[in-house]
Amino acid sequence: MNRTFTFLPPLLGGAALIALIAWFLPSWNFVLAIGLAKGLPVLGLVLLMRGGLVSFGQGLYYALGGYTVGLASQYFGLKDAAALLVISAIGSALVAFVVGLLLSRYRDIFFAMLTLALSMLLYGILVKSTELGGTDGFNVHGITLFGIPLTGADRMNGLLLLIAVCVLGAINLGLFGATAFGRLLAGVRDNEIRVEYLGASADRAVLIAYVLAAVMAALGGAMSGIIVGHIDPEMAFWATSGEFVVIAILAGTGGVLAPFVAAVVLEVVRSFAYQYAPNTWQLVLGLIILALILFLPQGLSGLVRRGPRAVNAGEKS
Amino acid sequence: MTAPIIAAKGLRKRFGAVVAANDVNVDIMPGTISGLIGTNGAGKTTFINMITGYLQPDEGSILLEGGEIVGLTPRDVTRRGVARSFQIPQLFNSLTAVENLTLAEAALRSRGFAGFAMLPDSALEKSARATLERFGLERFGDSLAGTMPEGIRKLLDIAVAMVARPRVLFLDEPTSGVSSEEKFPIMDRVIAATRADNMSMLFVEHDMEIVRRYSDRVLAFFEGRVLIDDKPDVVMNDTQVRTLIIGEEKAHG
Ligand SMILES: Nc1ncnc2c1ncn2[C@@H]1O[C@H](COP(=O)(O)OP(=O)(O)O)[C@@H](O)[C@H]1O
Ligand SMILES: [Mg+2]
Repeated sequence: MNRTFTFLPPLLGGAALIALIAWFLPSWNFVLAIGLAKGLPVLGLVLLMRGGLVSFGQGLYYALGGYTVGLASQYFGLKDAAALLVISAIGSALVAFVVGLLLSRYRDIFFAMLTLALSMLLYGILVKSTELGGTDGFNVHGITLFGIPLTGADRMNGLLLLIAVCVLGAINLGLFGATAFGRLLAGVRDNEIRVEYLGASADRAVLIAYVLAAVMAALGGAMSGIIVGHIDPEMAFWATSGEFVVIAILAGTGGVLAPFVAAVVLEVVRSFAYQYAPNTWQLVLGLIILALILFLPQGLSGLVRRGPRAVNAGEKS
Repeated sequence: MTAPIIAAKGLRKRFGAVVAANDVNVDIMPGTISGLIGTNGAGKTTFINMITGYLQPDEGSILLEGGEIVGLTPRDVTRRGVARSFQIPQLFNSLTAVENLTLAEAALRSRGFAGFAMLPDSALEKSARATLERFGLERFGDSLAGTMPEGIRKLLDIAVAMVARPRVLFLDEPTSGVSSEEKFPIMDRVIAATRADNMSMLFVEHDMEIVRRYSDRVLAFFEGRVLIDDKPDVVMNDTQVRTLIIGEEKAHG
């Protein structure tokens, strides 16, 4: 139709590619799934970054999604993935809306630190609560989708569901980028005075982006819980949130596919590092970040910008 | 007699020892173009800042079509139909001219739940390019706002402000930073656009030729007060204006 939908072909192509790889290389299923599950919070983070905001606390919603799945299946016997995903999404949206009413008034380092503080608050609560599994967390068993098993020998089903969730999430945010609120984010990053003097609310745009980002993170956490079969407080730990930020920077703010590419690539590199050079992952990660800042400041999506942006300042050439 | 669209009464504003507004009374009539002159520090920008909600006056009232707007935020004032450009252009510097206008249109349509409606790129870009053409900026469409010459930035800042389709427009030194030959074509474009949309407009200007040519009436500010408010010829020939403002401008220009 028009540029709004240009992200669709590569997105669907990427989804098919991942499914094919997992089909022919079943041993990679798990690594791909972890990568995609992390791609969801990164997708939301990238949206916030378009508004110039970095959240160091997306682990809050990643854990919220995971624990929603864990608690609802453990205590209420709810085992259907679709229902669990919907509850995770709605629950995290409500929390994010309330929290966001406060957070959306802050910017820059204040926003980043507040998000960090809130996620560490949840981490602290989870670690201290034995009813919630304490530091060990707890296992999540036998989640199915309308009766179809998703784990164990049937983990391909789980991956397909995850791919579907990722595609829907990406489409959702891709379309949001074309709405008036979505378009405002770049203005919030560049010049809030002008945004307000155009009669728009910068805080409102930030709030909406924050809620959307939270829902994406919660879906990622929920899918991680379902596929890994385990949840623990680490999901809310600052290092988890920090990893999302690293992947988001690797991805860049250019599109809705890049977050998943970046997350999967990093997860694959990590598994190689574990396999061939144990205890070097931190080193590898450090080198990746360094290389990124030096050679690819726009992230992966900077690679596929269609043609350079004209910066000729209008001089006749 | 028609009622003023903006009626500012008894505005006062102090910054410490500086009195930037000292009992300012100004009426702006619908569909008119007012020139505002005064030396640097006379309180011209402060006056615009108070009307558009950026600064709260210490005292006084501002009526927009009879309704009080003192205490409203810039956002609310803009929504009621008052827009402005800035002495230092306020643009989205990392975006192109087209994207600046597109974003302005998105801002206009982001009021309430309508902000969730998708806006097709093609339509937005088309109207952005039409706006650029109206201001003679079409060849800057794909240039980044942050890298444009100052005069072009000023004009784009005005174009962006006018996307909100205001009824009253305030322009703070629209032609400063521009060579004298360029000033007239710029003002021609701006005036044509304001007249076409039947706006009321007030512009701050230091070039007396521009003021004389384009104003229906002229306000002269001096030390936070309105020295005189009359037809251009009357103001330009006023002795106080000649010594306190025009003479000073010449000495510094
Ligand atoms: N935010 C502010 N804080 C302190 N002083 C200010 C502020 N804004 C304006 N002033 C002072 O008020 C006076 C009027 O300023 P301004 O309205 O910018 O004048 P003009 O636009 O006519 O050149 C000046 O003396 C200026 O220094
Ligand atoms: Mg000024």
